[in-house]
Amino acid sequence: MGFFYAQYGVSKTMSKTMTGAQMVIQALKDQGVDTVFGYPGGAVLPIYDEIHQQSDINHILVRHEQGATHAAEGYARSTGKPGVVLVTSGPGATNAVTGMTDALMDSIPMIVLTGQVPTFMIGSDAFQEADTVGITRPCTKHNWLVRETNKLSETIHQAFHIATSGRPGPVLVDIPKDVQFATGIYTPKEKARIKHYQPQVKGDLSAITELVELMEKAERPVFYTGGGVINSGKKASKLLRDLTKATDFPVTSTLMGLGCYPASGKNWLGMLGMHGTYEANLAMHGCDLLINIGARFDDRITGVLEKFSPNSKKAHIDIDASSINKVIHVDVPILGDIAHVLEDLLKVWKSRGSKTNSAAIKKWWTQLDEWRARKCLSYKNSDTIIKPQYALERLEALTKDHPNRFITTEVGQHQMWAAQYLGFEDPNRWMTSGGLGTMGYGVPASVGVQVAHPDGLVINVAGDASWLMNMQEMGTCTQYNLPAKQFILNNERLGMVRQWQQLLHGERYSCSWSDSLPDFVKLAEAFGAKGIQCSDPQDLDEAIMEMLNYNGPVIFDCLVEKHENCFPMIPSGKAHNEMLMGDASVEGAIDAEGAVMV
Amino acid sequence: MNSLNLEKGSSKKSAYNLRNTTGDTIETHTLAVLVDNEAGVLARVIGLFSGRGYNIESLTVAETNHADNLSRITIVTTGTPSVIVQIKAQLARMVAVHDVHDLTVEGPSVERELAMIKVVSKGDNRVEALRTSEIFRASVVDTTLESFVFELTGTPEKIDAFVELMTPLGLVDVARTGVAAIARGL
Repeated sequence: MGFFYAQYGVSKTMSKTMTGAQMVIQALKDQGVDTVFGYPGGAVLPIYDEIHQQSDINHILVRHEQGATHAAEGYARSTGKPGVVLVTSGPGATNAVTGMTDALMDSIPMIVLTGQVPTFMIGSDAFQEADTVGITRPCTKHNWLVRETNKLSETIHQAFHIATSGRPGPVLVDIPKDVQFATGIYTPKEKARIKHYQPQVKGDLSAITELVELMEKAERPVFYTGGGVINSGKKASKLLRDLTKATDFPVTSTLMGLGCYPASGKNWLGMLGMHGTYEANLAMHGCDLLINIGARFDDRITGVLEKFSPNSKKAHIDIDASSINKVIHVDVPILGDIAHVLEDLLKVWKSRGSKTNSAAIKKWWTQLDEWRARKCLSYKNSDTIIKPQYALERLEALTKDHPNRFITTEVGQHQMWAAQYLGFEDPNRWMTSGGLGTMGYGVPASVGVQVAHPDGLVINVAGDASWLMNMQEMGTCTQYNLPAKQFILNNERLGMVRQWQQLLHGERYSCSWSDSLPDFVKLAEAFGAKGIQCSDPQDLDEAIMEMLNYNGPVIFDCLVEKHENCFPMIPSGKAHNEMLMGDASVEGAIDAEGAVMV
Repeated sequence: MNSLNLEKGSSKKSAYNLRNTTGDTIETHTLAVLVDNEAGVLARVIGLFSGRGYNIESLTVAETNHADNLSRITIVTTGTPSVIVQIKAQLARMVAVHDVHDLTVEGPSVERELAMIKVVSKGDNRVEALRTSEIFRASVVDTTLESFVFELTGTPEKIDAFVELMTPLGLVDVARTGVAAIARGL
């Protein structure tokens, strides 16, 4: 113990002796945590005992550990604060793996606390023992097994620092049960050494100036924005809007970046990428200056690399050096936090008295408006069957004026349609699984968002297949009276799988239909929620209003066209200017080389 | 730069064979990685290489700074220039990693490897093995009437050459440490 004092210089008056379990609660409180999503089990019972004896931290009991992780992601994505998960050893930890991988891919700050068998039993194949730090090493930003109670509180403080600084991500602290029981000295947050991990946030001024020079000369520029803008905080979105106003450059965004620039803004081109808009993708293909702000040239964005934006100078602003030049070589790399870099960029822009090449920009907008006039999101509506696009258009019309609307999604066609047909005016309003594409994300994410925003209108846009993957979290909705709305576009298909089978597997629909679906209305009632079914486009508005006006959780079973495809689509192995449109023939769209790509 | 000018096209062992890299020459680089000497740190580094499909030609690790609890990992890796840059960036962003040095590009460096080579032979072959070992300045660390264990320190190429010469003279076993490397000068 003397060693401890000497090393940390902690006086007895500042540090308290407490059990490991008490330290966990104290550390969470000191970090400002108000909510924990978790599920108890043998190896975390001491911590749950402490949770029972306090009221500062609200514990949300999920129905499955995967649900806890996605709920924490929803909480984090909608608040900008880290999500906290508490689960037991063995299966508790392994069930959390998908959510951690999801958070790693989408850079969501998350702290996962797992119980572990006592230190003296580690390695003995004890009951509910798993090598949690080994299993989660590749799906966390960092993880720790804490073997001494004296190190526990400091490790938790370090975990928060690492999860939330630099490129955010999930971290895991594995806590053996004997460490929870034993007593030790609590290290306060201010005393915790956050070591050498201090990512660079300020961008290099000469690189920023170089970018400004390119922007002054650019004739066909485009801002390609991503989730990094949202992760950087609300200020970054504000600065992006200022920059767009100052330059009149067009803005597109990835799936993760929706909301960083308002969908109603005049420079908005819509989402880009595989299911992006015609105008956004052609802008990417035809631009002479591509400015990547917090995106990562994901394969869903670039299409075939050889033909990606062939005639542009490229700049890339990113907090993660490994994202720069990973896939696409860029001319102007700027390492730093988006808000910091945009602030400096605007300063340089103003101090130089910069002006854009307005004649060329005007011409560029004429071209962009021509592409917009193609109205790539138009679809053939029906009087008798609800088209999924129509359902989302109506949902948008009836909810867009709600001051506090949050949308989560599952993964598949409905997710892409939601990204296309719903408009986001602000950051942190759109929670979706982008990088990992985790079916089953939406229901628990809607739980997390609703917990964080009790008065918000939370809607999970879902497909029937994805929705079933974590539907047990309806129980959580009912228990905590979370009025999240489950808006299921039910086509009795695994729609995106079916679409790909149609396009490149000779219409052999192997295992892509949802047989034996439950009666969603009865299922809602079984969970203590309200069930609504709608199959007639004439009734849709009224049914949606019924959902919105109900003060409690709702499952909305929207029976839609079963064979609708999601367009526009850049087929695998093709370039941005080789989009399939809704009215095009899809035969032979993907060649053999494209078919091997995912 | 240590260009081997291997055949064109990127490494088939890597996911990067899908990628259009700016250079397509496979290069060999020696990286010195300073890491926290904590449980699992080697698994993190190795996991990064296997998970992302990078090559490891050689890897050595030991604690080198007891006071700060730091270990030094020396990795010899191969890849196209863009893959090498990516490997360094991926290493550098790991929380347990303090510093990454590419000794191949950061000026002159010295590389050494230690090997122990067991040769079993009689008669002329035994005499020839001993004579050759003197040329290489290997030392004999164990001997019986029919065997030697030679200890040899040098560049990997020197050890390769010695092993090749010993093969027809009764080579039975080789133990190599992998490369340790350090920058020359101040």
